[in-house]
Amino acid sequence: MAYSDKVIDHYENPRNVGTMDKEDKDVGTGMVGAPACGDVMRLQIKVSNDGLIEDAKFKTYGCGSAIASSSLVTEWMKGKTLDQALEIKNSQIAEELALPPVKIHCSVLAEDAIKAAIEDYKTKQSSA
Amino acid sequence: MSKTIYLDYAATTPVDERVAEKMCKYLVMEGGLFGNAASRSHSYGWAADQAVEEARKQVAQLVNCDPREIVWTSGATEADNLAIKGVAEFYVKKGKHIITSKTEHKAVLDVCRNLERFGYEVTYLEPESSGLIDLAKLEAAMRPDTILVSIMHVNNEIGVIQDIAAIGEMTRARGVLFHVDAAQSVGKVPIDLGRMKVDLMSFSAHKAYGPKGMGALYVRRKPRVRLEAQMHGGGHERGMRSGTLATHQIVGMGEAFRIAGEEMAQESERIRMLRDQLLKGVQDIEEVYVNGDMEHRVPHNLNISFNYVEGESLMMALRELAVSSGSACTSASLEPSYVLRAIGRPDELAHSSLRFSIGRYTTAEDIQHAVSLIHEKITKLRELSPLWDMYKEGIDLSTVQWSAH
Repeated sequence: MAYSDKVIDHYENPRNVGTMDKEDKDVGTGMVGAPACGDVMRLQIKVSNDGLIEDAKFKTYGCGSAIASSSLVTEWMKGKTLDQALEIKNSQIAEELALPPVKIHCSVLAEDAIKAAIEDYKTKQSSA
Repeated sequence: MSKTIYLDYAATTPVDERVAEKMCKYLVMEGGLFGNAASRSHSYGWAADQAVEEARKQVAQLVNCDPREIVWTSGATEADNLAIKGVAEFYVKKGKHIITSKTEHKAVLDVCRNLERFGYEVTYLEPESSGLIDLAKLEAAMRPDTILVSIMHVNNEIGVIQDIAAIGEMTRARGVLFHVDAAQSVGKVPIDLGRMKVDLMSFSAHKAYGPKGMGALYVRRKPRVRLEAQMHGGGHERGMRSGTLATHQIVGMGEAFRIAGEEMAQESERIRMLRDQLLKGVQDIEEVYVNGDMEHRVPHNLNISFNYVEGESLMMALRELAVSSGSACTSASLEPSYVLRAIGRPDELAHSSLRFSIGRYTTAEDIQHAVSLIHEKITKLRELSPLWDMYKEGIDLSTVQWSAH
């Protein structure tokens, strides 16, 4: 299968790979997917006091498109408010990376990861 | 950019130069060897017929059978179709039960599935975790109405060799016909049809340095095996497979099989050394698993799972190597290899698998380069893998509640 240049670029030079302290109350962690399905994404965000996503990190087990999708969303999320980040749609990810139909699920997973990370952050904040 | 190293010989092989050279002579006017083997009235036809019969002898010689037992087909897929459908239709009054295994090639499985639509009953044996068939289970599956057992000789994904000699004893004793798909084994391991009680055997040319689009079916004469033809139109190949014979393709298959017969022993030894070099080179990586039995296995094949790394991204990282993956992320099904599943490999290991297949033109330098690339890319991808992190933290992944999608 031929990959788009953007997928290859993110795959070769993934942005924001890493791990944050998941116990930190300013950090939200979202892990989606399953090893049996061939992809697992872990997306983490750090939210500043004024409600902006000041940092985002990811690690992904999956195909090149899954890695590129998660790398891309870490770039897009930075500097956004939580509400703005929730507006990122899988269709935008798929379009930006020119994903073929069989890879659309990778972009769906990335959207799910965003939601899961924000959800985790909100849960932590409300219980704190 | 350096050229891609070909390590996918189980998918197909290049045509050997000697074979290609010979084939070309049977295409052009010059030399007068382009004729139709069915033309009985002139020298062009006679020359083509002679070439076809010479090739038939060469194929027969490699597997020790009578040349009259070889039927030319367009490939192993057609040979499998002819064998299974041909037997099923001819012996329908005797019974409608067929036994095969879950790890067969799709050319066998899809034919069986199709026969089920027409009222045949098929038992799909589950192999052991080694990939080998337990003969006791095969014996238990046989019934009075069983007409055919179809078991492949060498598996295309994991390279394990089934004990077809022993299966042949069992089927012959019960009067059940035995078909073997030998596409992956012929020219790689010795086959002696004079001794093995196999009734039908499928061959492919392009897995053994011959041309694509060419194969053959062995049909035993004593005791005689009958088939219902699947291709009609002229009664070629003693009525079993009509159609003008593709002289150049047939000559190519014959020459490829002749070379295999002469060089197989030496070549297998050389390839075994390369395979061992590859295995040794990657075995020091943590969490690496070989899929399929290592003892009963062709030397050309190595199927390995690199745990916590997904196969397709690994193939992407290893773009300098032409290999194939058991991860079906590239296909629409999103399901990993059915062969690895059938031998009980968990899905995540199936998703993490690569098949390396080594051949005539592989060098020690190729393997060395492959080994260093694999080391480098596995490290890189595991740094990206949340599963690797969890494994390193000591988390048992089987206890994690995953959100399946």
